[in-house]
Amino acid sequence: MTINATSLRDPALAVVDQIVAPGDGWTHALHRGQVLRIVDLEGNQAVDTLFYDLHDPSDRYDAVQTMRRQQRVYLTTGSVLYATSGKPLLRISDDTCGRHDTLGGACSCESNQVRYQLVTLPMHSCRDTFLLQLQSQVPRWGVRLSKRDITHNINFFMNVPVTPEGGLNFADGLSAPGRYVELIAETDCLVLVSNCPQLNNPCNGWNPTPVRMLVWEV
Amino acid sequence: MSLAIPAVWTETLAPGQAWSRVLHRHQTLTLTAQGDGASVAGLFYRADALIERYNMPDTLKAQHTAFLGAGRVLLSDMGHVLLAITADSCGWHDTITGHQDAAEAREQFGVGTYATLRNQCFRNTRDNFLIELAKHELGLRDLHANVNFFTRVTAAEDGSLHWDPHHAKAAMAVTLRAEMAVLVVLSNTPHPLDTATEWAPAAVALTIAQTPPPGPDDPCRIMRAENGRAYQLTEALFPTV
Repeated sequence: MTINATSLRDPALAVVDQIVAPGDGWTHALHRGQVLRIVDLEGNQAVDTLFYDLHDPSDRYDAVQTMRRQQRVYLTTGSVLYATSGKPLLRISDDTCGRHDTLGGACSCESNQVRYQLVTLPMHSCRDTFLLQLQSQVPRWGVRLSKRDITHNINFFMNVPVTPEGGLNFADGLSAPGRYVELIAETDCLVLVSNCPQLNNPCNGWNPTPVRMLVWEV
Repeated sequence: MSLAIPAVWTETLAPGQAWSRVLHRHQTLTLTAQGDGASVAGLFYRADALIERYNMPDTLKAQHTAFLGAGRVLLSDMGHVLLAITADSCGWHDTITGHQDAAEAREQFGVGTYATLRNQCFRNTRDNFLIELAKHELGLRDLHANVNFFTRVTAAEDGSLHWDPHHAKAAMAVTLRAEMAVLVVLSNTPHPLDTATEWAPAAVALTIAQTPPPGPDDPCRIMRAENGRAYQLTEALFPTV
């Protein structure tokens, strides 16, 4: 865990520098060697993220392989993000938050109904963002995805502690304004992000806020 | 579905065997370990809409648990109850560490091909899943987190994962009740964190029975308010008689 890491990369030299509003999606193709930094601008904002092999999208980020191959529940600096085939897709090269979740999945209207109240159905959710992105934005990168491709994602900046007794809860975040996570692409991959709109639990500090996406060349 | 299922059915899942079958609503499937160290990997799909499937994160976060046991339900990605764990003498079933593929199995157990071992060859979970999924026109894209029955994996405070080598004992049994028609895909192959170097899965007995619908006080329904809402949404799919 590297709390005080400071990346030397200069945002002025980034080839992509975009703000993603809370509740919005973001899709981008990362090429091998490129670096993606996600900045939690205001703190405690869950960033639900999926990765696909750009040239074979049936091979994609695999949460259970990633946890099991490294025998760790949480992700941080040094964690490798594995695809279903066992191929490393990306590696976390820097992390000023400390740990990230890959067990909690994405919120959906349907799971909100189960978890909170039936009347939460109309509330905005990450899966709806993913479903719209994969129809409106993903095809622009030459990739076709459908609902069956929405696998278990990473929740950057989200804190889902697992206890030794097997308890699991969505807890207050460990993140803070300006903390970031940086990933190096080990292969060409498509990144699909939902900046989480969840208002029913503390995963966004009860107030979803924007995040900044930066991409650098090698 | 065209698969005809008798009211009661028993068979043995041999070491290495893959298996798939549609459980009808309110049928139960009981898995009984025939030896120590059993581990059976399972995937689950709504039989009349295969795009709806078991969702590990939704199942765990709704029930505030990192493992499965008696009283828990297996939720789909659409907020429905696929299966309920109505009985369990095991106490802990893993669903967060996935399964092994051919390369990993070869690295752990060595080469065990059909050409030399015939049907005692070292089968692996990934290939077994892909074969069974293809029988239902599913494949790699439909491969999400599976359940590992009879397996206990705990997380320490630092997040490190630990497989329990002494957990699975002969005669342990777990019973799943289908709350809608569910395609069940099983693979009787070693757990990916099992440290054994000899490929020797235990046989597992399978028993299917028809049971009454869960009543208002069913333990799986009343385990948590979340379970009750999932049942409410699931039962609304079916016409009342």
